Amino acid sequence: MANTADQIFVLLKHWIVSIFPAAIQPYLGVLLSVVAIIAVFPGLFALTTVIERKGLGRMQNRIGPNRTGPYGILQPIADGIKSLTKEDIVPTSADAVVHFIAPLVLVVAVFMGFAVLPMGRNMQLVDMDAGLLFFFAIGASTELSIFMAGWSSRNKYSLLGAMRAVAQMISYEVPLLMSSVAIVMITGSLSLVKIVDAQNQYTWGLPHWYIFTPWGCAAFVMFCIAATAETNRSPFDLPEGESELVAGYFTEYSGFKFALFFLGEYLGMFSISGLGATLFLGGWSAPLQVLNFVPSWIWFFAKVMLSIVVLIWIRGTLPRLRQDQLMNFAWKFVLPMTLLNLLVAAIWRFMGDGILRWIVCSAILIGVYVVVGTIEMRRKKIGPRTYRYAE
Amino acid sequence: MNVVFWILAVITVFGGLTAVTLKNTVHCALALTVAFAGLALLFLQLDAQFAGFAQILVYIGAVAILVVFAILLTRGSETPSEGVFSHTWFSGLLIAAAVFAVLAWAVLNSTAALPHVSSAPTVSVQQIGSALMGRYVLPLEIVALLLTAAMLGAVMVALHEKGEQK
Repeated sequence: MANTADQIFVLLKHWIVSIFPAAIQPYLGVLLSVVAIIAVFPGLFALTTVIERKGLGRMQNRIGPNRTGPYGILQPIADGIKSLTKEDIVPTSADAVVHFIAPLVLVVAVFMGFAVLPMGRNMQLVDMDAGLLFFFAIGASTELSIFMAGWSSRNKYSLLGAMRAVAQMISYEVPLLMSSVAIVMITGSLSLVKIVDAQNQYTWGLPHWYIFTPWGCAAFVMFCIAATAETNRSPFDLPEGESELVAGYFTEYSGFKFALFFLGEYLGMFSISGLGATLFLGGWSAPLQVLNFVPSWIWFFAKVMLSIVVLIWIRGTLPRLRQDQLMNFAWKFVLPMTLLNLLVAAIWRFMGDGILRWIVCSAILIGVYVVVGTIEMRRKKIGPRTYRYAE
Repeated sequence: MNVVFWILAVITVFGGLTAVTLKNTVHCALALTVAFAGLALLFLQLDAQFAGFAQILVYIGAVAILVVFAILLTRGSETPSEGVFSHTWFSGLLIAAAVFAVLAWAVLNSTAALPHVSSAPTVSVQQIGSALMGRYVLPLEIVALLLTAAMLGAVMVALHEKGEQK
């Protein structure tokens, strides 16, 4: 029974495919999986906007949307109708073709990232040998769409915002990749399916997730920082600072094109959360051996939604960073720490089993973190803040 | 030669041709990206996953961004009013044709020199990694050193200009 519930979507797909003639069955199978991905994640996006607006409202002592439907649940439908019926304004001096293509490129590229994520046992669109590389390659091409949006608007604020966003994304892509390389070193494979399989083992009922190792925990923290910056979320949401920076690359977008950028951003959050869950939190595997009767896809989506909620919580808590702080943080702290983490992962790999490697690896990571942190904090002159213009 | 190959070939050649004929420099860079993407898809069509994804990651994710940044930070993106062809287009065409001829000759001869392989070998990413870290480790390190030297050189050039202004 538990097995049927676990494989229900796979069985359903096989059943639907088996109705049709054999010639079109492979194509139909792929088509069904693609339709499922395209249907499920925008649905989650609608759910997330409600959670975000209600949650942020509560954190800021507001009530949040509560007029559309019971408790404001139907708010995303109202938002969708609003953005569809709004006028689509294209500036006269804008580059119409590039202006039109940019949001499409973003959404298509983000959707492609879902192709390699294993969302449950036997539930992935393609099991690529180089799945992780595919994910990062597709993620890198979203930067170009942001540049296209900013440049084609022919607006100084858009162009500056696009340059800022692209610089930020390029800077944080390096630590994002580097923190994932540690996982690849230990697993010995770039295939996300194999990475999940390697973590789907239990000792004393506890899982072998990579977050429960010294290097895995360090890599997870740095992955989260880099992923937050990569998806332009607070505290790294400079591309969206409407109040002080005139937003950025999407300033000149309105109506449904703006909604597409919004959708692309949230889909990026889902895919990067899914990747983080796959790499560090065991993907679809259960957190305890006794909980294995719960279907695997429930675990995957629970982990993704949990990380989304944490991202919303961070957004409600932390102030925005300045551009130079953001860059210094990426290049002078996170990147060296990821490089150190690669070394620690190699030590972990070659020290063999035993308690000693836990002590050595943890000592190196914590020691370097404390020393570097102390030196960096000492170099900062922290004192009463001076204001140039506000007095 | 199947349908997919012809579609990809048309996309790649179209991207390359528009990259040299369009007037606006940023449009040229974007067209060049289309050509890069077409090449990456050609690699994927030949079952060379690693090469294809590396092509996307490096050329679309980094080189194309670098090109547009360089265009915007140096000359601006105004459209030139006169034609885009330089005066030396004919000699450029000759050199490009000569390079293409040499490469095509080498590729065509290599099939005769190598033993006939009936089916394409399946190469996993792991094998590529072992080969890079084992047999080809010296060329890899030399390339890494060269790139580091280039980066240091670029930083030095930038630092020098900043010092002069002061």
